[in-house]
Amino acid sequence: MAARPGRGIDWFPYLLLTPAFALVLTIVAWPLFETFRLSLTDAAMKPTENYVGFANYVEIFQDDFGEIILRTFIWMGLSVTLKIILGTCGALLLNAALPGRAMFRILVMPPWVVPIAIGVFMWSWMYNGQFGMISGVAQRIGLLSEPFEFMAYGQSAFIATIVTDVWIGVPMVTLYLLAAMQSVPKELYEAAWTDGASRAYRFRRITLPLIAPAIFTMALLSAIWTFNSFDIIWILTEGGPRGATTTMIIDTYKTAISRFRYGEGAARAVMILVFLTAFSAVYLGLLMRLTRRGGQPQ
Amino acid sequence: MIDKYTWWEKLLIYTGVLVFLTFVLAPFIEAFMVSLRPIDAVFRVPYRFFTEDMSFAAYFTMWENVPKLWRYILNSFFISCCATALALACIIPAAYSFSRFEYRFRNPILGGFLAINMIGAAVLIIPLYKLMLNLGLLNSYASMIIPGAAFTVPTGIFLMRSYLLRIPKELEEAAYVDGAGRIYTLWRVILPVALPGIVVVAITTFITAYAQQFLFALTFNSNSDLHPLPMGLYQFFGRQRIVWNELMAASLVGILPVLLVYVFLQRYIVAGLTAGAVKE
Repeated sequence: MAARPGRGIDWFPYLLLTPAFALVLTIVAWPLFETFRLSLTDAAMKPTENYVGFANYVEIFQDDFGEIILRTFIWMGLSVTLKIILGTCGALLLNAALPGRAMFRILVMPPWVVPIAIGVFMWSWMYNGQFGMISGVAQRIGLLSEPFEFMAYGQSAFIATIVTDVWIGVPMVTLYLLAAMQSVPKELYEAAWTDGASRAYRFRRITLPLIAPAIFTMALLSAIWTFNSFDIIWILTEGGPRGATTTMIIDTYKTAISRFRYGEGAARAVMILVFLTAFSAVYLGLLMRLTRRGGQPQ
Repeated sequence: MIDKYTWWEKLLIYTGVLVFLTFVLAPFIEAFMVSLRPIDAVFRVPYRFFTEDMSFAAYFTMWENVPKLWRYILNSFFISCCATALALACIIPAAYSFSRFEYRFRNPILGGFLAINMIGAAVLIIPLYKLMLNLGLLNSYASMIIPGAAFTVPTGIFLMRSYLLRIPKELEEAAYVDGAGRIYTLWRVILPVALPGIVVVAITTFITAYAQQFLFALTFNSNSDLHPLPMGLYQFFGRQRIVWNELMAASLVGILPVLLVYVFLQRYIVAGLTAGAVKE
């Protein structure tokens, strides 16, 4: 860095951080602290709040909280797996040097560009049992014999919310992996081709190892976003039917905002942070061990 | 030259693209078809893709049934623009600090910012609600703008920083040699050079803020004059009998501006989205 006037600590770089710090402190750090604090109280729609120790935590585990945790992880796992698989396929297809691909690339993005809630309105109509497109088309081609109300049954509602989540997330994954594929040096492919390697072999031995870091990064980011996803389930089912699509986020929101039980809601929010942190730590730990054992590709 | 695709490979790829795009675009196409049907044709079994007397009637009647549609669209834009401006005011100096200076705790601080990405807004909704209540910001634009901006700051810093790292340091050193101050250098030397990067970050931030207005509006705002588009339409969504053709028409008209913005600026958006995927 350039010569610095004076001695002692240079405050300028810290000064540059202040706006970001102030905003994040108010909107994220302080509420985070406050969530921890509230989780130890019986705060609700009343003037006073008392510290109750870990009573809220004991309380939530007496409900069906274990089931909700499990459901959240299944929801996340299925959704992220589908996003990564579809995204990789999509990126491969869009990476093919064929006419029209610039156009296709533009057409992939709309689900990400429009407000999530609006996309979900559209899906909500698609899932309509009596008049919606999916049920209608399925009946026409003989998959269903009568109208099927997707949101009325736990399992179909669960799958429906996953499909919508995948729809919203897949454009981002596709473009991200496409960018990773395009950064693979062309010489590698040409050298392999000269040696007679088939297209499938080149994909398996060149593309896949080189885009693996991007896939792992994207999987983690997707997992975090999916875990925190609220709009989709809220608009489609509000967590129903009979709790079949209630993830930890929906559960927290319902407890805190719909039923005004702030203390208990805060305890649930803390559990989300605990599980998400644990998940990320395990994921990153495994990843590091994997890369250390496997070493660099090639 | 590497091998060409055979005809059946081409067929396979185009079929794959077609299937993929069908999944991605089907809801838009169906929404458009619904918006063209008269309401009794919307509620008709069996399902038919084309129905008779399709027209753009819903696009005219919706303005009466969703009287504040214009407001919702403008609110959405206004909230996102303000959130973007606020976020940029935080992102640019912070990213400059992280990319150009050596100081104690720099990397832990950067790590701390990035860790915020793990926290979803819904997790913090209780204290945020109390914060808005105590600041008297419930039912105001600010209650949707400020949190909207805060959650885009970490990603923005990350993107902006990687862009600034690519600008050679000699540029600033030359400015210092000429006697320029540090703020002057940032403002007059770095920012103009970093403009393409700033545009990318601004657009990405805008779209993120635009896509994620629902939760804050749902929780912090009950004044329908201030609702952004998703929340404005959500009110109609909750009714007993949803007027689907008008709801879809209003949705499509509402998202048209941002779709146009996207089509014109998609190169920048893609650049912003994928900045992390490419090793530097």
